Amino acid sequence: MTAAERPVKAEKIKAPLITITKRDSLPPYRRILIRAAAIVAALLLCSVITLIVTKSNPIEIYKTMFSGAFGNGIRIIRTVYEISVLLIIAVAITPAFKMKFWNTGAEGQVLIGGLTTAMVMLYLGGKVPDGLLIVVMAAAAIGAGVIWGVIPAFFKAYWKTNETLFTLMMNYVAIQLVECFLKIADKTGSNVVGPTMLKNGWFPKFFGLDYMLDVVIIAVLTVLVYIYLRYSKHGYEISVVGESENTAKYIGINVKKVIIRTMALSGALCGIAGLLIVGGASHSISAETAGGRGFTAIMVSWLAKFNPLLMVFSSLLIVFLERGAGEVATVFSLNKSFSDILTGIILFFIIGCEFFINYKLHFRRQAKEERV
Amino acid sequence: MNTQENASAALQLRHITKTFGAITANEDVDLELRRGEVLAILGENGSGKTTLMNMISGIYRPDSGEICINGKEVSINSPKDAFAHGIGMVHQHFKLVDVFTATENIILGIKEKGGFSLKRSSARVAEICERYGFDLDPNKKIYEMSVSEKQTVEIVKVLYRGADILILDEPTAVLTPQETDKLFNVIRRMRQDGKSIIIITHKLHEVMEISDRVAVLRKGRHIDTVNTADVSESELTDMMVGQKISLNIERTLSEKTPDRLIVSHLTMYSKEGVKVVDDVSFTARAGEILGIAGVSGSGQRELLELIAGLRTPESGDIIYNDPSDGKAVDLRKKTPMQIRDLGVRLSFVPEDRLGMGLVGNMDIIDNMMLRTYRNGRPLFLDRQPSKVLADDIIKSLEVVTPGPTTPVRRLSGGNVQKVLVGREISSAPSVLMAAYPVRGLDINSSYTIYNLLNEQKKNGAAVIYVGEDLDVLLELCDRIMVICGGAVSGILDGRTAEKQEVGLLMTKRKGAEQ
Repeated sequence: MTAAERPVKAEKIKAPLITITKRDSLPPYRRILIRAAAIVAALLLCSVITLIVTKSNPIEIYKTMFSGAFGNGIRIIRTVYEISVLLIIAVAITPAFKMKFWNTGAEGQVLIGGLTTAMVMLYLGGKVPDGLLIVVMAAAAIGAGVIWGVIPAFFKAYWKTNETLFTLMMNYVAIQLVECFLKIADKTGSNVVGPTMLKNGWFPKFFGLDYMLDVVIIAVLTVLVYIYLRYSKHGYEISVVGESENTAKYIGINVKKVIIRTMALSGALCGIAGLLIVGGASHSISAETAGGRGFTAIMVSWLAKFNPLLMVFSSLLIVFLERGAGEVATVFSLNKSFSDILTGIILFFIIGCEFFINYKLHFRRQAKEERV
Repeated sequence: MNTQENASAALQLRHITKTFGAITANEDVDLELRRGEVLAILGENGSGKTTLMNMISGIYRPDSGEICINGKEVSINSPKDAFAHGIGMVHQHFKLVDVFTATENIILGIKEKGGFSLKRSSARVAEICERYGFDLDPNKKIYEMSVSEKQTVEIVKVLYRGADILILDEPTAVLTPQETDKLFNVIRRMRQDGKSIIIITHKLHEVMEISDRVAVLRKGRHIDTVNTADVSESELTDMMVGQKISLNIERTLSEKTPDRLIVSHLTMYSKEGVKVVDDVSFTARAGEILGIAGVSGSGQRELLELIAGLRTPESGDIIYNDPSDGKAVDLRKKTPMQIRDLGVRLSFVPEDRLGMGLVGNMDIIDNMMLRTYRNGRPLFLDRQPSKVLADDIIKSLEVVTPGPTTPVRRLSGGNVQKVLVGREISSAPSVLMAAYPVRGLDINSSYTIYNLLNEQKKNGAAVIYVGEDLDVLLELCDRIMVICGGAVSGILDGRTAEKQEVGLLMTKRKGAEQ
C-alpha cells in the first residue's frame, strides 16, 4: 500500500481543552454589553459575599456607597475634587504611556511639585504679593516636575535604562526629600506641614466654592492634552514612537528628542497636579500628599484606553468606589478591609472583562465540531 | 522504493506536503537521510528548506505524507517528540539563557535519572566535548561567549539529549572561515561516530567540502538527491535555479540614463563586529532598474538602510546627483531628515513593511501622513492632503479595504504593500529603493508592483530593486548586481545575463576558495 492510498492520519491530534484566540474587533455595542455584564456580575458577587460575611442587606450597602460619594453638597464637591485630581494625574502620565514609556513615577513627580509649591509658600509667603506668589509657586512646581520627569527620560533615551524601575525609584527620592523638608521646616517633629504654616498663596475661591478653581483648571488641561495628542504634530510623533521605534527612525523622527520632550510634558503636568493639591486644596505637605494617586492614575489611564476625555469616567468610577466603600465601612462599622474587598472585586471584574473583549475562548467540543 | 534502502535510512520522508493558506511550502517531497552521512540541503530562499526541517523537528505537522525513522513510521507532534526519536535541530538563532553557564543551558528542561547534579552533568558535557573535539568550557557563562561558542553550546545541547540525527540550519552563516573549518572537523567526527547530519547552507563550496550527498529543493519540490562527488558546482546551481521561466514582465529601454546615485567603497560592521557591507561600489542610473540579487542576509538590508540614512557607514561615499541643478550631494552620515532637507527625493520601501514602513495600528490616512506630517501649518496636523492621497491610492491601486480609516494591520499582505508603495511613489521620487516588494504577494499584486516600478523608471527615477526570485530579476531589471557575504560579486546586464551565472555569483564569496 502506498502512502497516497492511505487516509490522512487524524489520530493523535489532541486539541487542548480551551484554546484562546485573539479577536479581531468587536462592534461597540458588544463591548458595552460585556462591560455592563461584568459590573452586574461584580455587584452580584459582592452582594453574596456581603450577605455571608456581614449578614447585612446588600441593597443597603450599595445605597450607603452612593450616599458616601454623592450624599450631600459637601460630599459632592469633595468627590468632584477627588475625581479631578485623579484625572489630572492620569492625563499627565498619558502622553508617556502612549509612547510606551511606562512612567510609574507620577507619585514622585506630583510630590516634588507639591513640595516646591509648599517651599515657595513657606519661604516667600508674606514677602511678595499673593498674585506673584502663586505665579512663582506654579513656576517652581512645573520646573520640579519637569526635572523629575526628564531625568529618567534622558537615561532611557541615551542608555536604554529601564524607565519603570527608574521612575519608581525616583518616587522614593521625592518622599525622602519631603521628609527632609518636614524636619527642617517643623522642628516639633510633626509629619505634616499644614495650613497654619502655609498661610499665603492659597488659590482664590471660585464662585464661592472651595476647590473649584482646581476643577476648572483641570478640565481645561484635560481638553488641551486631548487636542495635543490627537491633532498636534507632537502627538502624532508620540504615537509613531510608541507604536514602532523603527518606523519613527525610518521617517526621520528624532526618537531621543521625542522621549525627553514628552516626559518633560508629563512631568510638568504632574508638577501642576502637585501645585493644585497643595496650593488649591490641602494647603499642607506631607509624604502622603500624592496619596497613591500616582499609581491609581495608571489604572485610570489604561481603563480609558489613553483617551483623556474618557478618563473622566474611569476616574469617576474609581473615586466613587473608594469614597463609597469608605462610607460603608463607617456606617456599618465594618472593618476598613471589607470595603477594600468590595472595591477589589469590582475592579477585578471591570479589568478582567477586557480579556473577553480582546480574546475569544474555544472549548474542545466546539473545536472538534468546527473541524468536522 | 525497495526495502534494502529503507533499512539503511536513518530518516525518510515520503510525499510530504505542507501548505500555509494558499501558499504551498512543500509539495510531495521525498527525502532520505542515510545513517552516518552528511546530507546537504540546497535551495534558494523560499524553496521550502526550513519548513521541511521544522516538520522533522516537530514545529509543524505535515498536511500529508509520512516520516519514517529507522524504517518505522512515526508521528512527530512537538520538539519533545522529535527528541524522543533522536532528532535534534540547531536553529540559526540561538535559544540560550545569557546569564547561565554552558552546562546549565544544556541541561535546562531535561529530567535526568538519579536527580539533579550540576557536577555530574558538567562532567558529561566535558566528555561529549572531548569525544567530538568541541572547544568549550562547560562553566563559562553565555554572555561571555563568542557566536561560535554559543553555537557549540547549541550543538552539544542536542548531543547531550542523545540525538542521532542532527539538523544544522545555516550553521556557517555566522562563522568566520576559521570557525567554519573547526565546525566541519566536528561534523566529520560526529559522522564517524555514526550520527546522521543534515546541513542547510547556501554556500556551494561548503556543500562540496563537507557533504556526502546533496538534496536540492526548488519552489517547495524535491528536485534530486545526488552524490556530492559526482557533481560540479555549476551542475548544482543548474538544479537549484532551474530553467528560466518567462514571466512577460514589461521592460523598456530608457534613452537617457544619467548617473543618479554613486556608491563607492561602502563598508559597515554589525554590532557583533562582522563586516556586513564589504567595500560595495555601484552606480544607480536614472531611468533604470538596478536589481540586487543575493541570498537573503547578504547585506542587502544594511546597504539600503545605509543609503536611506538609517545607519552610519564605517567608510565609503554615497553621492547623489541632483536632477534639478546637477549638483552632487554627499549623503554619507546624513540622517533621513537631513537628506530630505537637502531636497533629495529618496523613497524607500523597506523589507519590514509593518515594522518599519508603516504603523500597523494606525489607519491608512495616518500612515499616508508619515512622510509629510511636518508640512502645512505649524504645530497642528493637516490631515486633509493625506485623506486625498489615501482615497487616491485606494482607488488607483485597487486597495481592498473597508475604508481609509481602517488600521493597516487589518489589510492583507498585498494591500499593505500597495499602501506602502503608493505612499513612497506619491512624492515623485528621483531614487526609489524597494526591498523584496513582492514577497508574500499573489501574482496579480506582484504585477501591479512591477508596473509601478516600471512607471517610476519611465518617469526618470533611479530604481533599486532587491529581489529573491531570479526570473523576476532577469526580466524586470536593466542591470543586476549580485552580492554575497556583503560584497559585490558581480554586476551583470539584465538583458543578457544567464540565470545560472547569477546563481553562481550568489554563492561566490569574495576571497573564498572555489
